[in-house]
Amino acid sequence: MELDATNTPKTVRLSFEGTAIEAPAGATVAAALLAADIIAFGTRPVSGLPRGAFCMMGTCFECMVEIDGIANRQACLETVQEGQNIRRMPPRIPTKGQGDGDD
Amino acid sequence: MQDYDVAVVGGGLLGSAFGWGLARRGQKTVVFDEGDRAIRTARGNFGLVWVQSKGQNMPEYAAWSLRASQLWQDFAAELTENTGVDVHYVKQGYNIVATEAELESAIAGQDRITAGMGDKAYGYEVLDHKTLKAVAPHIADSVPGAIYTGHDGHCNPLFLMRALHQDMQAKGAHYQPNTRVGAITPRADGGFDLTGEDGTLLGSAARVIVAAGHGAVNLVRDLGIDLPVHADQGQVLVTEKVSESMSFATGTVRQTDNGSFLLGASSKQIGMDTRTDLPTLAEVARYCISVFPFLGKLRLQRAWGALRVMTPDGCPVYQQSEAHPGLFSFACHSGVTLSSVHALEVAKWVSEGNIPSEFNVFHPRRFDV
Repeated sequence: MELDATNTPKTVRLSFEGTAIEAPAGATVAAALLAADIIAFGTRPVSGLPRGAFCMMGTCFECMVEIDGIANRQACLETVQEGQNIRRMPPRIPTKGQGDGDD
Repeated sequence: MQDYDVAVVGGGLLGSAFGWGLARRGQKTVVFDEGDRAIRTARGNFGLVWVQSKGQNMPEYAAWSLRASQLWQDFAAELTENTGVDVHYVKQGYNIVATEAELESAIAGQDRITAGMGDKAYGYEVLDHKTLKAVAPHIADSVPGAIYTGHDGHCNPLFLMRALHQDMQAKGAHYQPNTRVGAITPRADGGFDLTGEDGTLLGSAARVIVAAGHGAVNLVRDLGIDLPVHADQGQVLVTEKVSESMSFATGTVRQTDNGSFLLGASSKQIGMDTRTDLPTLAEVARYCISVFPFLGKLRLQRAWGALRVMTPDGCPVYQQSEAHPGLFSFACHSGVTLSSVHALEVAKWVSEGNIPSEFNVFHPRRFDV
């Protein structure tokens, strides 16, 4: 965690689904969301059940979010950045529109 | 008097199915499970419940796989009813291949099975590209077709393990985790003492099933039993979780109940080595993408290697020791598919102390030439 001259954690501002949150600089995105009482980072594509951070160490792939327009980022492995735009992942339908064509 | 009717050595998919089936038959049962340092075949498998292509060299194995598939629906339903755990069994599978040569080879294999099974043979259909495309719209234009039997499918093998463990204990079986059996010693009363690695007595049983995969070889060798198994390594790729788009399994691709695609079917004999390597993973991915191009658009999330328990002819080994009646040694690689017959039929053999003569063909003496 980054501290300023008075040993106070530096903070960065980011947003989750358009809502502004603050987090200590150097924290992971998952930690920032949890600290803001956001538990459901997204939903399971098939069951629609809410999912959130579980292992916090990059193993379980349950904490996937979209960060600044890029899908499939592991929130527990990404560090918060000023102005970051975090969103729940949109539904991924692999066989519709994405997979056909030039493969 | 022994502590148990049956002691099962091995808590993987074989041992769990036997333990569940024995407890279900009212047998006082204990299951010894080594722990996470064991070579955990049951934690690494692909989850197919598969019949076609099996038993080309042994019609009895083809019939046994068919029997397993026929029992699977009720087996899964009973587990779910008893435990609330859905093992996600879907009886839908096609052997979809990438090339004409593969399809011809697969057809020849099915013809050998059909000829071997005679009047007990199951039918199969060869679907051409157009027919297959109607049920599998995401195949590549180059896919020549598939073989369909109506007996193939897939399940969630980890939930199968969990359901078996939960329900066998609900039925009174003792599950002993982190317990490696070091020796099995025949007793004067016809039963067996099982001891840990440090010589501690773990318990005694009238009958013993050794179903410990690769870990069983040395254990039963001390009792004069040859268990001819070797490690056949498979590597599996796992994609990101996506919307439900494929209900059926192929021999190499299936979508799990939570949305991930599994890509598999590599095979290497490199000893007890579970490490993945990039060339093998790339070949697995290349083949699967050649059948289903959309897979190339998905992000991979992980990969693993696991070791099949493979016999010289790929067919199961079921044997009871002649020198020590009551000592059974079972091994096979199709622990998921055969879990239904292991639970519902093989458990009966052991509770009655006798392997029916029609199954003598599975004795490893078949390898003695």
